[in-house]
Amino acid sequence: MSKPYLRPYQKPQKLSDYPLGTASEAGYLVTKNCGWRNERPIIMDECINCLQCYLYCPDGVIFKTKSGLDIDYDFCKGCGICEKICPKQAIKMEVE
Amino acid sequence: MSKQITAKTITDSEFFYGHKACAGCGGSLAVRIALKVLGEGAISVLPAGCMSAVGFNYPHLCFSNNSIISTFAGTASMLTGVEAGARAVGIKNFKAVGLAGDGGTADIGIQALSGAIDRNDDILYICYDNEAYMNTGIQKSGLTPFGAKTTTTPSGENIHGNIRPKKNLFEIVAAHNIPYAATASIGDLKDFMNKIEKASKIKGTTYIHVVAPCPIGWGIPVNETIEISRKMIDCGLWYLAEYENGQFKLNRTPRKFSSIKDYLLSQGRFKHLEDADIKILAAQRDAKWTTIRKNWNTTEEEL
Ligand SMILES: Cc1ncc(C[n+]2csc(CCOP(=O)(O)OP(=O)(O)O)c2C)c(N)n1
Ligand code: SF4
Ligand code: SF4
Ligand code: SF4
Ligand SMILES: [Mg+2]
Repeated sequence: MSKPYLRPYQKPQKLSDYPLGTASEAGYLVTKNCGWRNERPIIMDECINCLQCYLYCPDGVIFKTKSGLDIDYDFCKGCGICEKICPKQAIKMEVE
Repeated sequence: MSKQITAKTITDSEFFYGHKACAGCGGSLAVRIALKVLGEGAISVLPAGCMSAVGFNYPHLCFSNNSIISTFAGTASMLTGVEAGARAVGIKNFKAVGLAGDGGTADIGIQALSGAIDRNDDILYICYDNEAYMNTGIQKSGLTPFGAKTTTTPSGENIHGNIRPKKNLFEIVAAHNIPYAATASIGDLKDFMNKIEKASKIKGTTYIHVVAPCPIGWGIPVNETIEISRKMIDCGLWYLAEYENGQFKLNRTPRKFSSIKDYLLSQGRFKHLEDADIKILAAQRDAKWTTIRKNWNTTEEEL
């Protein structure tokens, strides 16, 4: 399993630190998206692991674990699509 | 029928992650799923539009496969170059894939797309259709439906939003006698995933037109992107179909349409429509379905 991930990023200090173009390493993340979120999805025990929330999340932040599913809250925007798609009402949105 | 791709079997890897699309963005789901099906061998070309704007914000780069921004008009011509170049340097197991918006496809990019199909270049072109130029603030495109309010088709006392019908791009593409074309929707990802898989195995130009609602431009809550996509199919304003070997085939045949009025009035962009406008849309829908039922293969089978 692989995906783009957060890297340390140093703002350019002097002119020569600036790149000559915008071509760069793929999957190189330097900021999180969690600050956009008003509500946080919580996966509850009613989950039957049908994976619909994993599939339909526009941000791909729900991931499989050995015991079920987990959410990467660094990048979840709190849209609530996972809550709506869940056939078991096993996701609840909690105000941040 | 080959083995179906499902949520269970699709790779756990993510290729479009950490992007800056609005919460609940349908286009970002279409791009995410397309790349998960194609895998790391995908070389993606994105023209100006929301998905390039939210994916490439140097140094924050959200694609983990090789990806590049093309000119607005040049998705398909850049795909041609990418495919020829990758082949020339001996890269194996790659797929040149375009991920372009409705404006970038049906309007400014249609000439390059038509040329690529004419040459039968070995590329996959995916149009994510959010029915307007969203990245520049919701202007009408050739794929904006009749009646929709955009900043260039406002609704007033005399004119109620867009006065022109949605361009039928799927059939325009098919009319080139393309090896494979399909319509899809992010409301049915199983169908979408398996069409991408199928297209990726076909040599020559392939085209998939996927409806991908934009909560901002459509005026819906951010958690209703999937629901509205499903309503659009259920009320008959969109259909899941394929074109292959010169034949059109319907993948899902609704026995009865759900309420078109309910679909329309649940969106801010259609709120101003009066019953007479809705009648026009319903009549356009019915005329389309009459020809579909008459001329297309409508026996439902698994992809
Ligand atoms: C030649 C050219 N004309 C205009 C623009 C400005 N522009 C950038 S994105 C965009 C809208 C794209 O709309 P669409 O293709 O539907 O994609 P969306 O933003 O909806 O995802 C426009 C008009 C441009 N970048 N290049
Ligand atoms: S959609 Fe609901 S039941 Fe299915 S995996 Fe997600 S939380 Fe569990
Ligand atoms: S709230 Fe939205 S972004 Fe967060 S996990 Fe659910 S679907 Fe994904
Ligand atoms: S404006 Fe619409 S299409 Fe663009 S990123 Fe936001 S939700 Fe997606
Ligand atoms: Mg658009």
